[in-house]
Amino acid sequence: MSETITSELALVNEISQFLFLEARLQDTHEYDEWEALWTSDGVYWVPANGDDIDPETQMSIIYDNRSRISLRIKQFHTGKRHTQSPRSRLGRVLSNVEIIETSGNEIRVAANAMVFESNLRAETVWCTRNEYLLRREAVGLRMARKKVVLVNNDKALYTLSFLI
Amino acid sequence: MTTAISAHDWSNLIQTDRVHGSLYTDEQVFQQELEKIWYRTWVYVGHVSEVPNANDFALKSIGPQSVIMTRDRDGQINLLLNRCPHRGNQVCLEHRGNRGSFTCPYHGWTFANNGNLRGFPFAAGYEGADRSQLGMSKVARVGIYQGFVFGSMAEEGSSLEEHLGAARAALDALVMTSPEGEVEITAGFLQHKAKSNWKFLVENETDGYHPQFVHASIFDVASSGIGDLYSADSTAVARDMGDGHTEIDLRPEFRRIGKPMGWFGTTEERVPEYVAKMRAAYGEEKANQIMIDGTPHIMIFPNLFIAEIQIFVIQAVAVDETVQHVTALQFKGAPDLNRRLRQQTMGSVGPAGFLLADDSEMYERTQRGVNTRSPEWNYLGRGLARERRDADGFLIGDATDEVTTRGIWAHYRSLMEAQ
Ligand code: FES
Ligand SMILES: [Fe+2]
Repeated sequence: MSETITSELALVNEISQFLFLEARLQDTHEYDEWEALWTSDGVYWVPANGDDIDPETQMSIIYDNRSRISLRIKQFHTGKRHTQSPRSRLGRVLSNVEIIETSGNEIRVAANAMVFESNLRAETVWCTRNEYLLRREAVGLRMARKKVVLVNNDKALYTLSFLI
Repeated sequence: MTTAISAHDWSNLIQTDRVHGSLYTDEQVFQQELEKIWYRTWVYVGHVSEVPNANDFALKSIGPQSVIMTRDRDGQINLLLNRCPHRGNQVCLEHRGNRGSFTCPYHGWTFANNGNLRGFPFAAGYEGADRSQLGMSKVARVGIYQGFVFGSMAEEGSSLEEHLGAARAALDALVMTSPEGEVEITAGFLQHKAKSNWKFLVENETDGYHPQFVHASIFDVASSGIGDLYSADSTAVARDMGDGHTEIDLRPEFRRIGKPMGWFGTTEERVPEYVAKMRAAYGEEKANQIMIDGTPHIMIFPNLFIAEIQIFVIQAVAVDETVQHVTALQFKGAPDLNRRLRQQTMGSVGPAGFLLADDSEMYERTQRGVNTRSPEWNYLGRGLARERRDADGFLIGDATDEVTTRGIWAHYRSLMEAQ
């Protein structure tokens, strides 16, 4: 095997492992560990009504800057976030991990996820196409941006109060 | 058309201080509500700013019915029922756009955006057919107040102005938050479903009793000051405005604090451009009053909730399913304020909102709860002993009192008893 291929495989593996870790922390509600995966300028975006709306002018389901991500986590920790008490039981499958572009210390990655949620209301399947901007920092890979495109984001959705 | 069996004794199911649980769960009640409320009274549909130009359209709803709101080439707003008069196909499938006519994909009938039939392919087969009878159905009456478009499927009835009654003053006040006197609905809607009866949502919108409990998690971690507005010491007032409309009047609190922009949890220094424009438009004194009083918190029966910084359009879909369409209010000529309104709205509402995810959780739990057999009734007696009349003769109570909920039900009862 050539050296390029070996290093490409190593990168795919490293990134996949990182995304699987993120997925697991979401599934198991390990909020602080999940928050630690963000860079200090992280943006968490879940658009509504399509794949590419302008979040600066149009409503998104989530459009959190870093401090709002933090607030979201703090709200969970109060123990009074009713929609997450009891917590959603979650299991997600993350697949189709694809490196879109590497430039400098940043890597753009795409992946799909199927999330099965069981809560008081019912069992719900959420399907998403995700885009990540990962940044290599001294501590390792971190998320600078995560965009989660719900396949059905143009329709009315039930409450989505876990970390997608 | 459902022929409702009038087996319901409304005066027994709806009493002054209690309502029967079956009102939220009985399919027959829901069918009667469609006929007597949703397809009869004035229902909010959309805003003129969603169809600003000639030939613009937006897909809207009245309860479970799909309605196309169009602006025709003469600038008139039309509400068309989304059903082809030929063989029933859905005519419009896009959420919004601009077209002078709609062509039904099934057999190619074409309709002007005022609903009139323009033509059908292979016209030779239609000798003798009366084209004027083959247009799309229109919502019988369209009424517009301060840019808010309402529809009534009844040919006759009270005018929109009469229906709005005291709520008109709230809409008049709302538009003055704009230096140009206009609200705009331009930021797109979040669509949030709840497995719950629509009346649980309507009741909750002006229930000042729940915020301290349902929203404790966000009040604990974000210092917005909203929580204090709904404390037992709050000077805010719960008001039954008549005709089913209710509000939490927060002005007494905001006037007590007396700071321009305090209603929005900010200060005038933070939105200097907006404040300057307001003073230029209304003069120092009037502008200050507007910026101290803030925007209303009013539930316009049956489906328009103006929640200070956003609007919710409540869509009854089934006896146990409701969609909340929600978006930030935008005020013409106030870009710096509008940006903040969008950001706050996105954080608060919708499926992942800091506030509404918890409200919706309660909607769904109460829906399941009232299926439990006993005690059969929901008790709405809070503040009954201390309710009083204000200078205009409206019943008011403390911010946490259920005078609002009782007002909603009294009006509901009158609509359901009507023939
Ligand atoms: S159903 Fe519309 S043209 Fe036939
Ligand atoms: Fe609430």
